[in-house]
Amino acid sequence: MSAAVECRGVTVRFVTDRRTVTALRDVAMAVEEGGFLSLLGPSGCGKSTLLRVVADLVAPSAGDVSVFGMSPAAAREARMLGFVFQDAALLPWRTSLQNVELPLEVGGRRALPSGAPTPRELLKLVGLEGWENSFPHELSGGMRQRVSIARALLGGPRLLLMDEPFGALDEITRDRLNEELRRLWQETGTTILFVTHSVYEAIYLGEQVLVLAANPGRNAALVNVDLPRTRDLAMRETPKFISIVSHLRDALGRTH
Amino acid sequence: MSLALTEQAEVAEAEAAHHSARQRMVWRRRLLPAAGIAATLGLWAFLIVVLEVPSFIAPSPIAVANTLVAKWNILFTNLVPTAIQAIVGFLIGNAAAIVIATVFVHRKTTEEAFFPVVVLINTIPVVAKAPILVLLLGNGMEPKIAIAALICFFPTLVNMVRGLESVNPQAMELMRVLSASEREIFFKLRLRNSLPYLFSALKIAASTAVIGSIVGEWIGSTVGIGALIIQSTYNFDSAMLYATVIVGSAFSVLFFAVIVAIERLVVRWQPPSPV
Repeated sequence: MSAAVECRGVTVRFVTDRRTVTALRDVAMAVEEGGFLSLLGPSGCGKSTLLRVVADLVAPSAGDVSVFGMSPAAAREARMLGFVFQDAALLPWRTSLQNVELPLEVGGRRALPSGAPTPRELLKLVGLEGWENSFPHELSGGMRQRVSIARALLGGPRLLLMDEPFGALDEITRDRLNEELRRLWQETGTTILFVTHSVYEAIYLGEQVLVLAANPGRNAALVNVDLPRTRDLAMRETPKFISIVSHLRDALGRTH
Repeated sequence: MSLALTEQAEVAEAEAAHHSARQRMVWRRRLLPAAGIAATLGLWAFLIVVLEVPSFIAPSPIAVANTLVAKWNILFTNLVPTAIQAIVGFLIGNAAAIVIATVFVHRKTTEEAFFPVVVLINTIPVVAKAPILVLLLGNGMEPKIAIAALICFFPTLVNMVRGLESVNPQAMELMRVLSASEREIFFKLRLRNSLPYLFSALKIAASTAVIGSIVGEWIGSTVGIGALIIQSTYNFDSAMLYATVIVGSAFSVLFFAVIVAIERLVVRWQPPSPV
């Protein structure tokens, strides 16, 4: 399979009056098309920054980034990316449906590709049928995040970038959304890059886990998750899962 | 079965209790302000009688009420120009503030260059601005409109800049991921985001515009609420003075209420406020 995202020697520096922060130093990352890569690391390891480099929100100080063989800017212009933020980032004056429709109204009023699921179908896909006309303040945190996932899926992006999307949710909701995201990934075949600081979430979701170390952010380990494609939450208690957990904890421990 | 019935009864009882408590709250909210106003009027009337205050110093509320009825024609004729100046000034001042805030947000250089000028002009007291504007604009409605506009301008500008700038940073990133243009970001994100801020400024402006209009009339004007205030003071007609003030305030309150009504129509996405 060909690479969906490839980063080589990516370095990002933020210069402020008080100091210069090296958020990422010489980071390499690759995700194949249709893959699911979890980015795991302590806070301050630059995992969100790496995601923003891929989305063309942060320009790298050095290094090469290619998204489906293009520059991140070209991929963004071609609407190949969907981005899910930590706080759902819904516009409070729009209903669920209007929020999902937003991508059609900006960036030069783009029509939905033929055959792509409609906003209503996407809301149904994320389990929000019947909530189309609710405003964000009428929804729970988990439901808001579902709306934002539906919005990111509009137009069938080839790459979904998720920045700790379930970090602010309670554990029960988080578990349910993890299951659904795995199902969505299998149904849509979208490549997913998922940032998290939960070891369990990283393993449960990812086909691979890239561990980053902090200060400065750099590659620490790349771990293959050798679990079946179809997973359920009970899998987190199996010896195999637990051995991967301890392996990752080792890798995280070595990063200090 | 009886257990379910008991629970049902308990729920019904709790709901009934909640409902009657709410009902009492609603009446409290209506009655207490009315009682407060009535008590103040009563105390006022009582003090005038007990302290034997002469009517050219301060009138009794009954005398004011009589004047309101008897002189209604004069009062209303004088309210019209004051109201027109306040409304026109309100529209011009706020429109200018909104346009300039938009420019400031998109061209930081203009904000850095001209914001200090705006602050300087704002530090001039209204009573000092009035003669300057009368000299510049003559004796008609224009200087009063200008004062009303100037007085509205500053709070709206400051609030509008804040409203346009304080967008959720992740929503801003979302717009960039979607390759939205500056224009799309303005109309889809910034403008909508600024509306609650704008309306809190407009509510202040509704009453200050009326003040500006009245203060403008103090200087060389023969008609209007401001002119009537000066006239009745010179004539020691305290009942007329009070009646005039009441008419002016009533108009301010009405103006404010209209803005609140428009806000409710426009800003509908916020959770129902506790007030």
